[in-house]
Amino acid sequence: MASDILLDVKDISKSFGGVKAVVNVGFTLNRGDVLGVIGPNGAGKTTLINLVTGFVKPDHGRVTYKNHDITGMSPNRIANLGLVRTFQVMRPYHSLPAYKNLIVPLNSPRVKKATAGRLGDLDSVAIDILEEIGFERDARVPYKTAGSLPLGYQKRLELARCIALKPEIILCDEVFSGLSMSEITSMIPLLEKMVMQGVTLIMVEHRLRELFRVANRVLVMNFGCKIAEGPSKETMTREDVKVAYLGGGGSK
Amino acid sequence: MSAQDRRKKRLDRSIKVRSEGLYSLSSWREMAYLLAPRLILIGGLLLMPLVLDLYWQKVLCAAGIFAVLALGFDFLAAYVGLVCLGGAMFIGFGGYAAGLLNAYFALPPVLTIPLAAVIGACLSTVVLMPCLRLRGVYFAIVTFMLPLFTTHIIIALGLFGSTEGITGLDILPNQFWEQYVIVIGVLALLFGLRRLVNEDLGLIMMGIKDNDQAVLASGISIFRYRVLAVFIAALIGCFAGAYQAHLYGWLGLSLFAMDFSILPIAATVMGGMGTLSGPVVGALILTPLSEALRGFGQLRVVLYCFILLLFILYKPEGLMNYLERKYHQFERWEKV
Repeated sequence: MASDILLDVKDISKSFGGVKAVVNVGFTLNRGDVLGVIGPNGAGKTTLINLVTGFVKPDHGRVTYKNHDITGMSPNRIANLGLVRTFQVMRPYHSLPAYKNLIVPLNSPRVKKATAGRLGDLDSVAIDILEEIGFERDARVPYKTAGSLPLGYQKRLELARCIALKPEIILCDEVFSGLSMSEITSMIPLLEKMVMQGVTLIMVEHRLRELFRVANRVLVMNFGCKIAEGPSKETMTREDVKVAYLGGGGSK
Repeated sequence: MSAQDRRKKRLDRSIKVRSEGLYSLSSWREMAYLLAPRLILIGGLLLMPLVLDLYWQKVLCAAGIFAVLALGFDFLAAYVGLVCLGGAMFIGFGGYAAGLLNAYFALPPVLTIPLAAVIGACLSTVVLMPCLRLRGVYFAIVTFMLPLFTTHIIIALGLFGSTEGITGLDILPNQFWEQYVIVIGVLALLFGLRRLVNEDLGLIMMGIKDNDQAVLASGISIFRYRVLAVFIAALIGCFAGAYQAHLYGWLGLSLFAMDFSILPIAATVMGGMGTLSGPVVGALILTPLSEALRGFGQLRVVLYCFILLLFILYKPEGLMNYLERKYHQFERWEKV
């Protein structure tokens, strides 16, 4: 079923000076997949996201999305194709109310085209999106300034920015990091809901237990190389993955 | 009673009932409270041509030109994040465009001023377009160089009267026209820009200033919006240039003078970055001030710089931000 392949990354590489950040990494993604990308710090996970979404131009390799070559395309054009990302370090527009943060994506060509310019009042559309993602309207959370929101809400705001674009693939860069257990538990149903609605996810994550509740496949990276890929449980029991990830010398 | 026993308590005035950023007004008193500062500025500016003598009327026109430039500078710097030192280029392009249309095609000022604003703005935008990928100080340096560059092209090629310039352009009919064109221009631009920065367009531009990566990730081309922003600022600046050419009936290299790049920045710093009204107030204070200090000869510049230095050191937020805060807040000392 070749037509089911949504995203195909082939032998992509990038080095910064002498540092090989990503070396010949490739993977494919089918519609509805949730792919976890894991690995120790500095393994090149975030660079991989940057390469796929056009924020960094690959040295070589190809990224194919829906049978179109998008290698080296500008980030805004890639986002307009429905391939959107979150940032590990969120910088919302602090002084603005949370819902105003969504006005930017709602003005993108993608949204305008999808709605033929008949979206109506963007403010209320933005508030609806935020309510969906857990900003309680009754408690007036969408109206609070973005800078004053707790981290959990800021992470959700980052996700909401992606959802506003009606994406096909979301690349999440550590959406769980820095969150409390209860914040994560309330976030997971949101991700599951998105997957049910047909969104494909790539999740870079350090919190493995929580990741495996969502992801059905993992890609393990170390020193820029892909060292394993496969269904979550089996992959994590492999010896080389354990060594890379747990850092143990394999003594026992 | 040392400073530790008491503290200053600041309270927002209660008439400002906030509901999602809108004010709900419930009485004329509150309406007057919000309108008063705006009316003072509008009324003051509109009345000034009627009460000033001829000399100060000319100063008002010059102040208006700087106010318009300062508005453009503030818009680009505070709302789009582009620090543009090219005020002289805008004045020059606008002034030359208006002057040449008037001298060679005999168009009246009522046509040349809007036409020159558009032509000058297009030209400025095209010239600045390759620099839009630059950020921060690099963009500032390039924009600072461009007016110098243009003057040397004009001299080297002997274009448009070279160093002499062209004299005998049509001037505006009388001194009331002279003043009201610029006064109404300043007010229209001030409130127009205010409106613009609160629209979605302004929000996107602010997004580009705060976090351009997130704007890119939201599927929006930051280049396109920067071009648009530069065009708007250039349109504003070139309008001032075209007006200046017709104010003095003359075009020449001094339209590219550094004053037009520097003074708007000084006015913006003094008035308060990002307030839009601040730069106008700053220009209306600084231009007459530099005239009033004319008696001091060369010391004028020293005094002028000294005042600016004091502002940067002790009131970096600028006049308008400070006054706005005082206007909207109660302050009282409270025992701890």
